[in-house]
Parts: sequence; structure tokens; C-alpha cells
Amino acid sequence: MSSIIVDIKNLHREFKMGEETVKALNGVSFTISKGEFVTIMGSSGSGKTTLLNILGCLDKPDSGTYLLDGTDVNKLSKTQLAGYRNKKLGFVFQSYNLLARTSALENVELPLMYNKDFSAKERKEKALKALDAVSLSKRIHHLPNQLSGGQQQRVAIARALVNDPVMILADEATGNLDSRTSYEIMMLVQELNQVEGKTIVFVTHEPDIASFSKRTITLKDGKIIRDAVNTNAQSAKEVLASLPPIDEEITNTVT
Amino acid sequence: MRIVNLLRLAFRAIKRNKMRAFLTMLGIIIGVAAVIAMVAIGQGSKQSIQSQLSGMGSNMLVIRPNSNIQGGARLDNTTVQTLTEPDVTALEKNAQYITAVSPQVSSRGQVINGPNNWTTNIQGVSPDFLKIRSWPLQDGENFTEQDIKTAAKVCLIGQTIITNLFPDGSDPLGKTIRFKNIPFKIIGILSKKGENTFGQDQDDVILAPVTTVQKRILATIYYQTIFASAIDEKSTDKAVDEITNILRASHKLPQGTDDDFTVRSQAELISTFTATSQILTILLAVIAGISLIVGGIGIMNIMYVSVTERTKEIGLRMSIGARGIDILMQFLVEAVLISVTGGLIGVAFGIAATKLVTMFLHWPTLITQSSVILSFMVCFITGVFFGYYPALKASRLDPIEALRYE
Repeated sequence: MSSIIVDIKNLHREFKMGEETVKALNGVSFTISKGEFVTIMGSSGSGKTTLLNILGCLDKPDSGTYLLDGTDVNKLSKTQLAGYRNKKLGFVFQSYNLLARTSALENVELPLMYNKDFSAKERKEKALKALDAVSLSKRIHHLPNQLSGGQQQRVAIARALVNDPVMILADEATGNLDSRTSYEIMMLVQELNQVEGKTIVFVTHEPDIASFSKRTITLKDGKIIRDAVNTNAQSAKEVLASLPPIDEEITNTVT
Repeated sequence: MRIVNLLRLAFRAIKRNKMRAFLTMLGIIIGVAAVIAMVAIGQGSKQSIQSQLSGMGSNMLVIRPNSNIQGGARLDNTTVQTLTEPDVTALEKNAQYITAVSPQVSSRGQVINGPNNWTTNIQGVSPDFLKIRSWPLQDGENFTEQDIKTAAKVCLIGQTIITNLFPDGSDPLGKTIRFKNIPFKIIGILSKKGENTFGQDQDDVILAPVTTVQKRILATIYYQTIFASAIDEKSTDKAVDEITNILRASHKLPQGTDDDFTVRSQAELISTFTATSQILTILLAVIAGISLIVGGIGIMNIMYVSVTERTKEIGLRMSIGARGIDILMQFLVEAVLISVTGGLIGVAFGIAATKLVTMFLHWPTLITQSSVILSFMVCFITGVFFGYYPALKASRLDPIEALRYE
């Protein structure tokens, strides 16, 4: 398997809004290699959501090629795409999207439920491992409404990890969190990237968050206007340490 | 997704909305309970009619004078007098498919025993009558051919007569009672036969030699009815044809004219009643079936609500790899689980309702295995049928839009 995970060439995607045609993506090309941590930046309407949908195999481009882990995604049927998402990708959403009244463990097991290769026992083992990776081993039986926002997002990250995807796609994953919790999540993401070598694509509109990644692609009006490597990426751990310490009592009420 | 997981998922979804699921099930519960109870009542009355008819003597054939046109006026069959002694003689002599023949005439009047009196029916018959009706004597003896010849003043009495004329419980055998001032000696007591299908008390009867009733009471040479018994149930049709031929010859009816009599077999009666109660059962089942459809629409409605409510969940499931078929199955299994659970509860309620009907209204009921299995199957099909469309809608959602749905 090649070390190039994403290979995009001359991607176009248009939407018809009544009479008008909106060119959401207008000739986008880039590659992402294994182990990269890329942020996609851009204001709203820049096409970053469309790009993410295509990267996540939820949408298909009108023209251009998209090779994910060496496979031309355009040629797959809807059902095959579902299977591909199941095996190759992990999603993290802004609003967590955990199943209500379902324990953390079962939420994490969910992707494996749609994969016939895993027995109930293997599912549980893998889910426990993923929850351990996001340091939530002690809360496996908690329901989403018994967890804080940061913890819910960790469960969502564990769910994205559980199927050993080639790439994790995060859509404004820190958008609903306060800055301290955001840094905690970024610390976890950096850890997954550096220690576990996971490929991560992180869509955000906050430059602050983008500064934690190794590379930033900036979109405007459906085109890439900047694709730069961050030579001095910040460490979320250090940023977190530099924040003034919080009262123990407050921490307790939050978690 | 495996079926076990689908079932667990559906079970959990129902558990989350217990009240809603129960109200949805209620339509199915009422529908199924109605099907079971109504079919049970229909089948029960059918069965009781059949057993009563065969109790009357299943090989019995009944010959009555037919309505006929005389001088342009169509006469009803009580006024028509066509059946006479030569008919009976001809039948006894020539018929191969019948084993016994008995004429019958009847008269209504008061019967007196000392201070007690009772208004009843006296029927003039031949000794074969008891065999034809499969009606054994409880006590005493049947009258004989000799009694017929001499128009003897002897009689057999039914249980109701005993209750009314011998209230002190004395043995009626050998006593003499008077019908229209003619004394009859009681030589036999008929066993209890109960009510017939029409609710008539069959035990409220006095049987006497046919000639006695004809000559001493009615002063007629005609018979009102002739009863016959076919050799077995299978040959009743042949016996009917045979009787028709013999009687036409006996009445010297030219070819091409109508019969002046009718021959009815029990098979005909049974099939008439069976057909009637069959129609009744079908009607009841249709009404109950309609309520099942209404229940099914309830399921469809609630599944639509459920799909809309969980649009975001569907979007998430799709994004992490659920195929259309997985989503379809998830909602279909949920719909079927609701309808089948409702069906099970409905079967229980239906059986309970049937038992209550038998207990308090004393209606005959019969719960057939097929009605239980059928309504259960219908439930399953209802679930699949009415759950399919909402599930299909769910499976065709666009994951991007579903994820963004608020």
C-alpha cells in the first residue's frame, strides 16, 4: 500500500440553487500522505464542507478523480461506498452525534456492528481499547447525557478510531467546546497523530486550532489559495500547561 | 447487521417510547383480538348447528308436498294434499337406497291427565319413525304394525309431556291420557332430545300410530310429511333421485311437469346452514380485518414519525458505514416487532374474550388453531407491509442532509 492516502486531482462540484449554479469546488488538487495532520481552513461558503463530504465518501464530485487509499472512489456504488466508509474512515462531528440513551461502549462499538467480520467479543475488545486510547476507560457505561461535552467528543473520537481507519475526518470537532476543552481535544488529536501515526484531516475556521496541525490548506470560493506546511506547529499540551490552573471545585462540577 | 443486533436495536427503540409503542400496538391488539373472538363465535355456532343437525339423524330424508298451481292459484304446501298411503307403500316396495319410511301427520291440541293439562302436538307416525330420527326409547315399547292396522289408541310421550302431565313424579307408563277427548294409553317414553336448531322443544311431543291420528283426530287420508332414511350418508343423493322417480310414477306425473313434492336431505340442510355461517364468519373476519388495516396504518404513521425523529441518527449510521439495506432492516424489524408483539397480546385478549363470551353469554365458541396462526401471520404481514414504506424512506435519505437535520 502506498503512503499516499488521499490523491485528489482537479475536483469540481457544482450545486444548482434555483437559476444559479454555485461552484462549491472549482479545480481542487492535493495529496495527503500517511501520518499527516492537515487542517482545512476557509470561511463559510468556501467549499470546505463540500470537500469534506467528498473526502468522507458521502458525496461524489462532478468531475476530477479522488483516490482514497489507492481506490478510485468515484467508481464505487452507494452500497460499496458505505462499506468503504465503514472500513477506511472515521468521522468526528461538531455536535458529537452520539446515540442518545446508549452507553459510551455501545456508541463506540457502532461502526463494527456494520462489519460482519467482527464477533460480539471482538467488538467489545476493540471498543474498550479505543475508549482506553481517549482515557475514558472508567466511563464505558455512562450515557451521553451523563458526560461532559469534552468527554462526549472523546467518545466520538474513540468511535472514529475503533475500526482502525486510514484517515480520521473531523468537522469543526472543537466548535461546541470551550477553549480549554478544545485544547484538551487537540492534545488528544496530536497524540493520536504523533504516537499512533494516524492520518488526520481537520476542518475548522479557527486559525487558533489550525496552528496545532502540521499543514494547513486554505480554501476560498472553491479553490485552494494556500497550502502551507506549519514549520512551528504548537503543542496543545504546552498551551494547556500555560493556561492558568482552574479551581478543583469548578473542574468537579464540569465533569 | 446481524438479525440479533437488529432485534436488540428495535427492542431498545420500542422500550424508549413505551407509551407510544403501546398505543400503536393497541390498534393491532384490538384487531387481532376481534378476529380471534369473532371467528371463534362464528365457528362455534357453525359447529353447534352441524352437531344438532346430525343429531336429528344424518341420513334422514324429508318429503313434503310442494306448492302447486291448481286452477291458476298457487297453493301453499299446507293446503296441498298429495302424499298418501300408496306413496309410502311404493317407496317401501321399490326403493333400494332407503332403509325405513315413515309417514307423518300432526295435530295440535290439549292433552289431559286428571287435573293436569297441556297443549301440545300429536304426531301420527309409523314404528320406523324412531329409527329414522335416531331417537331411542327411554322406557316401554314402540307401537307395532298391528297398532297401525287397527288404529290403536296407544302413544309414546316426550319428556316435556311428563313434566307437565305428571308433575308428582309418578310413572306415566301404562297410564291413559286424553287428547281431544280420545284416550291414549302410554306404552313408551321417549328419551330426552333437547331443543333443535330453531329453539323448538323436541321433547314436547306425543307420537301415535299414523292411522290413529288420521282417522280419529284429523279425518284425512293425506300425509303432511314422509320421513325416510337413506342406507348411509353417502347414498343420500341417490336416495333423493330414487324417491323422486318413485313418487313421480306413483303420482302419475307426465314428463316435463313440476314435481308436486320436494325431497330434502340433511346434507342439503347442513350445507345450507354451513354456507350461512360461513358467510357470517367471513363477514366477521372482514370487519376484524379492516380493524387490522387501521392498526397497520397506525404503525405506518408512527414509523414515519420515528424516521423523521431519528433523521440525524440515520445520517450518523450511514456516515459510519450503514448501507441502505441496514437502515431499511432496522426500521422494518422495529415495525414488525411492534405488530407481532401487538399480535401476541391480541391473541391472548382474543382467547380471553372468547372464554368470557362462552362463560357469560353461553354462546358456543370454537377457537381454531388456524384462526390464531392466520391472524398472527396477518400481523407479521401488516408490519412488513406498513413498515416497509417508512423504512424505505429512511434508507434512501441522503447522509449529508440527514446529518445536518435539526
